[in-house]
Amino acid sequence: MTTLAFTSTLSRPERATAATVRGAVAGAGLLVTVVLIGVGAFLAVAGWPGLTASSSELPLGASNFWALAAPLVFGSVWSAVLAVLIAVPAAVGVALYVTWFAPRAVAGFLAALVDVLAAVPSVVYGLWGLMALAPGLAPVYAWLGEHLGWFPLFAGQPSATGRTIATGALVLAIMIMPIIAAMCREVFQRTPRASIEAAQGLGATRWEVIRLAVLPFARGGIICGAMLGLGRALGETMAIAMVVSPAPFLIGFSVITSANPNTVAAFIAQVFPEAHDVEVSALIGLGLAMFLITFIVNACARRVARIYGEPR
Amino acid sequence: MTDTTVTTAATPTVSSSRRLAIESMSAYYGDVQALADISLTIEPHTITAFIGPSGCGKSTLLRTINRMHETAPHAKVAGSIRLDGVDLYGANVDPVAVRRKIGMVFQRPNPFLTMSIRDNVLAGLKLQHRKVSKTHGDDITEMSLRAANLWDSVKDRLNKPGSSLSGGQQQRLCIARVIAVEPDVILMDEPCSALDPISTAAIEDLMINLRRDYTVVIVTHNMQQARRVSDRTAFFTVAGAGEPGRLIECGSTEQIFSHPVHQATADYVGGRFG
Amino acid sequence: MSTSYRVDWRRRLTDRSMTVVVTGCFVAAMVPLVWLLGTVVTKGLARFDWTFFTSSMRGIVGDGGGALHAIWGTVLITAATVAISVPIGVATAIYLTEYGSGWLPRLIRFLVQVLTGLPSIVAGLFIYALVVILAGPGARSGVAGALALSLLMTPVVITSAEQMLRLVPTSVREAAIGLGAAKHAIVATIILPHAASGILAGVMLGVCRIIGETAPLLLVAGFTDAMNSSIFDSRMATLPVYIYSQWQNKGADLAAYDNRAWTAALVLIGLVLIFNLTSRLITHRFAPAAQGVGD
Repeated sequence: MTTLAFTSTLSRPERATAATVRGAVAGAGLLVTVVLIGVGAFLAVAGWPGLTASSSELPLGASNFWALAAPLVFGSVWSAVLAVLIAVPAAVGVALYVTWFAPRAVAGFLAALVDVLAAVPSVVYGLWGLMALAPGLAPVYAWLGEHLGWFPLFAGQPSATGRTIATGALVLAIMIMPIIAAMCREVFQRTPRASIEAAQGLGATRWEVIRLAVLPFARGGIICGAMLGLGRALGETMAIAMVVSPAPFLIGFSVITSANPNTVAAFIAQVFPEAHDVEVSALIGLGLAMFLITFIVNACARRVARIYGEPR
Repeated sequence: MTDTTVTTAATPTVSSSRRLAIESMSAYYGDVQALADISLTIEPHTITAFIGPSGCGKSTLLRTINRMHETAPHAKVAGSIRLDGVDLYGANVDPVAVRRKIGMVFQRPNPFLTMSIRDNVLAGLKLQHRKVSKTHGDDITEMSLRAANLWDSVKDRLNKPGSSLSGGQQQRLCIARVIAVEPDVILMDEPCSALDPISTAAIEDLMINLRRDYTVVIVTHNMQQARRVSDRTAFFTVAGAGEPGRLIECGSTEQIFSHPVHQATADYVGGRFG
Repeated sequence: MSTSYRVDWRRRLTDRSMTVVVTGCFVAAMVPLVWLLGTVVTKGLARFDWTFFTSSMRGIVGDGGGALHAIWGTVLITAATVAISVPIGVATAIYLTEYGSGWLPRLIRFLVQVLTGLPSIVAGLFIYALVVILAGPGARSGVAGALALSLLMTPVVITSAEQMLRLVPTSVREAAIGLGAAKHAIVATIILPHAASGILAGVMLGVCRIIGETAPLLLVAGFTDAMNSSIFDSRMATLPVYIYSQWQNKGADLAAYDNRAWTAALVLIGLVLIFNLTSRLITHRFAPAAQGVGD
């Protein structure tokens, strides 16, 4: 036993490589952290002058920042909520069809087809919504205004171009439906076999199996998907900017007129290219407000997911 | 539990197989203690078998020897293991260096599926950044595969993926892979439990050959296997769920199976347990 | 009393009508897809010609012109985005799965989740505010666009790469650890090759997300009618912004602008579908390799 059994450390170059790799990946992690925290801090600093700006400095000659922000935040939330109300039932139906009703052989293909809807760029949705969907819907709005004008949603002079918030919300709904459907599909597929077989063993029809075993199990996933869709709809810019014809400072619930509330994101995109000085700060302040709203919505989605033990 | 000393000078082999002294070893997973205060000496050029019921900590002890245990989340150890006097848990010891001297064969064959048979054998060298020339690589491949009794069946298809072999052949490939990095000690964690009887017999023959050049430690739940291949046997047991595993006794395999000191050992090897 | 094997008519009716409703939902959801693709293809084919792919809009008023400058801009900015976000994203994912412990990985995961929901226009605003400080007001460049898009793509890459790295079976890791490999060697030789196809598929999906992004590019890369091959200098056109501006700044000949917008939309959808399908193909083709036989 004269020599040591082994050299207890690695060679110098090997240790150097190990340290370099460790440093590089930890550095990347740290960089991501700094940048991400920086985004929030930086927006707050850059947006600050806008929050206290006077009327003469603000876009549209708004009396103060909050008078500018309130109608836009309303528009964002209103259009996103409408979109979610349209998209959730459709998404649940689509997901149910793909998992339970479609022939096995084509189910995968149909699911992929739905995902294609999610991949279409928003500017293309904007172009299509504006030039194809809106003119198509204009007669519908005219009919609604004529026959259901007493109902607050359909009050006012119907838009002749169809470029209303209803069209915008419909486009948003088409955009977020695949996101919600993907989430629903995932939870539908993970319904415990035992529950399904228990229901089938009791002689349940296909729909009864779905109602008794599948839907109760999937409730959390559906809510989570709806929240994720809401977050996405709130931040969507181009579709609304191109499709909806906005009126300044408007807060209103009619969805078929040519005077519509604008959204934060669309407003920024429309005004930014010509904005300068404090106007830019005000727009950044608006962006920050929207970031906070989407953050809260997404945090709620994660909370729901955790309560119900769903993925993500 | 006293051990006789065998002088290393009496083993005229190329590889420098050394004595392992495990001293007061305890192992933990988080707050759960898996092993309590194990002391045990493993003699050079022997096959030592760890036997005992499930959950007795025999695999955990095996994994503390090459410091694999600490790769599990929240795993901790206390105590020391000396390889020829050097504490493997010493302050300036790199666990990676330990594993280069103490190789490991796992329960299920785990060849690298994307690599060829030859690349699998040389994978350890490549992973250790050792430069290997083409001809040197060929030599090591042949030497290691011969030592693992696999050369004759694969020499014509060294560039086929490792996944093309049968389970028993894959396990022998894994042994060749360990041999190629020239360890002193080879640890085997139930190496035959996923194999059929014929493959098991082939691996057992191989183990007996390996003893010439290496110190071998094997965990097995198969008492016949322990009896067939090992020189020394250590019996472990556990009082119940959540309790740490303990060493009951360690001695020559002949002694443990024929006249064990403790009743628990007698019950277990006599099949009156678990 | 005879046993009936028929479910009573009310339950049967409910079952049938729900089948109709659910199928109807699916068909209704397919209507916009078919309508949109149909519109884009039919209207887009009008200008799907040689000129469109070989000329810019420089000096064009009315008919003619093309989107070469915008296609080129999209290629450059997308490539720059990938070059920024893939190394950082994959390295961060390796840090999270292989190296990190304690508070930093938890913080990074949280921030990545937050950033995954970042509205794209906010990413644009952030980069704009940064560029103003560094290069003065009014500065627009391709690289600023790439930075904004990286802010959107990096979280996607981190999330998908982390998932793929976690799929590498423990048995494979242990085999390498047991051979006395240092962590960096295991990562480079075993884990990355094992996860490569999955990471690539994730990158492709990330590209899908950013290639159609309009709002941030509108803010920081701006728009131009001419070719610009330097991403570091002055405004750079991209396909999405091209579509927007063709519609936004129409000249007298309305149809010419509309047709160019539709053709650009057709090209953009084509690109997105190619990346989407390639990603699916990779996932499908290499999926079995993600599970080790030894597991």
